[in-house]
Amino acid sequence: MISANLSAIFYLISGVLFILALRGLSSPETSRQGNFFGILGMIIAVTVTFLSIGNFSSGFVFVLIFILVGGSIGAFIAYRIPMTAMPELVAGFHSLVGLAAVFVAISAFLNPAAFNLGMPGNIKLGSLIEMSIGAAVGAITFSGSVIAFLKLQGIMSGSPITFKGQHPLNAIILISIIALIYLLCSTQSSNLFWILLAVSFLIGFLIIIPIGGADMPVVISMLNSYSGWAAAGIGFTLENTALIITGALVGSSGAILSYIMCKGMNRSFFNVILGGFGATDEKSSGSSKEQRPVKSGNADDAAFLMKNASSVIIVPGYGMAVAQAQHALREMVDTLKKNDIKVSYAIHPVAGRMPGHMNVLLAEANVPYDEVFELEEINNDFANADVAFVIGANDVTNPVAKTDPQSPIYGMPVLDVEKCKSVLFVKRSLSPGYAGIDNDLFYKENTLMLFADAKKMTEDITKNL
Amino acid sequence: MEIDPLIFRLSIFILSIFVGYYVVWSVTPSLHTPLMSVTNAISSVIIVGAIIAGLSGNSDSVFNTSSIFGFLAIALAAINIFGGFLVTQRMLAMYKKKKKEKK
Repeated sequence: MISANLSAIFYLISGVLFILALRGLSSPETSRQGNFFGILGMIIAVTVTFLSIGNFSSGFVFVLIFILVGGSIGAFIAYRIPMTAMPELVAGFHSLVGLAAVFVAISAFLNPAAFNLGMPGNIKLGSLIEMSIGAAVGAITFSGSVIAFLKLQGIMSGSPITFKGQHPLNAIILISIIALIYLLCSTQSSNLFWILLAVSFLIGFLIIIPIGGADMPVVISMLNSYSGWAAAGIGFTLENTALIITGALVGSSGAILSYIMCKGMNRSFFNVILGGFGATDEKSSGSSKEQRPVKSGNADDAAFLMKNASSVIIVPGYGMAVAQAQHALREMVDTLKKNDIKVSYAIHPVAGRMPGHMNVLLAEANVPYDEVFELEEINNDFANADVAFVIGANDVTNPVAKTDPQSPIYGMPVLDVEKCKSVLFVKRSLSPGYAGIDNDLFYKENTLMLFADAKKMTEDITKNL
Repeated sequence: MEIDPLIFRLSIFILSIFVGYYVVWSVTPSLHTPLMSVTNAISSVIIVGAIIAGLSGNSDSVFNTSSIFGFLAIALAAINIFGGFLVTQRMLAMYKKKKKEKK
């Protein structure tokens, strides 16, 4: 058994190690070391907890068993999960953090003496406030992440679910959560605690259902942030520095990512959260759709164009992930490089279903990260490039965002693909993208549409090169 | 008058938010997905609370309502810790610089 002061110092050390873990991610070279710091911090925190309890009775064995069971499940998932499913995985993991926070809060509420928080029915006021906030945020994180997971997994439709009176209803529920926490703290009633949990689960569910599939990058980042605040709430209850530091780190990390994602779509955070974006716009574009001529080609044409190019820029999007085309793409690029063609990749901030999704997929396919560029770094290069190869992206290349103030995506930063000498656009059909608007790029003189599955088309092009 | 320890914790919390703010802005955008998976893993340090809850029972009965919730939370957090760190490791191992062709 070690003293409370000593364990507090160790918790502080593990908190600092967690900061270093995030710090390491500033460049790929230091990132692996960062991850190691994170693991070390976790080992210290868990070991110190055991030592400070000092109770190595039969309960200890069960703790180890549960860690082993959970750990093996986690390790199994980590090794088996395909990189394309990373958004689902992260959403799933968020839900577990949320649920764990709820369980810890329940446990502390039922047996406050074990945590030095007072007696049941007479819990210290401060602790009760912290506990109920942690529990409520944890519950919201859990149910919200479950919905996000179902939407990403395709079990639930990705299109927004909206109904009349949705926003007033949500507002009432949010206010009632605050009222419940107040009542709970003044009465210490356990019934109110359960009602608070139930209502929080409900609001988490209601907040996420109106948000559409392509807004998932924002949702995942937001839930990331929530899971942090939930952990911080529990950290205050347990008076644990490691948990407070981590909660604050994760909370601000998620908040920053949500901000970056919103900026990538030129939409305000509230606009995304209030949801229903895709649903309203699809109708308006349906009526104004006239038949415009498009040029379509086959793999042979595309190969010919690329063979005669001296530089090619590749624009990947969510469609590439769906078709699992990253490896085929990399093979195509290898062939291009053998012909002394310069190839780079352009990644829009909101390409894919989570922040950095495309980068991971390209890394998986062995694309060196110094060939992959962010929007600001590469946007000027399109004018000098011969061919832009758009694979699975759509709205993020739409020039309408720059020209038409009427368009719902006006003002969104887009990749200047149309400035290339020629554009190859791999797509399964002419259907509009998520925003429900036609892409002007399809009808440009220098655009060649390649109607096919992304993976198959890429393979065919490679054969023809 | 003595300062409530809560104020110290609050100070740590607020300062950590600022640390987080600057550290996360320095994360390169290409590593945003590993950032999410690693934050996932470290927020599971909530397992500390779960362990305390799990061991809250006395020696006669390891399991009571409170400790069962603790044990469940331990399992959930453990999934996240192992899963989160390992999947991050797996992703980071894939980020490579341009090299001479291997094959």
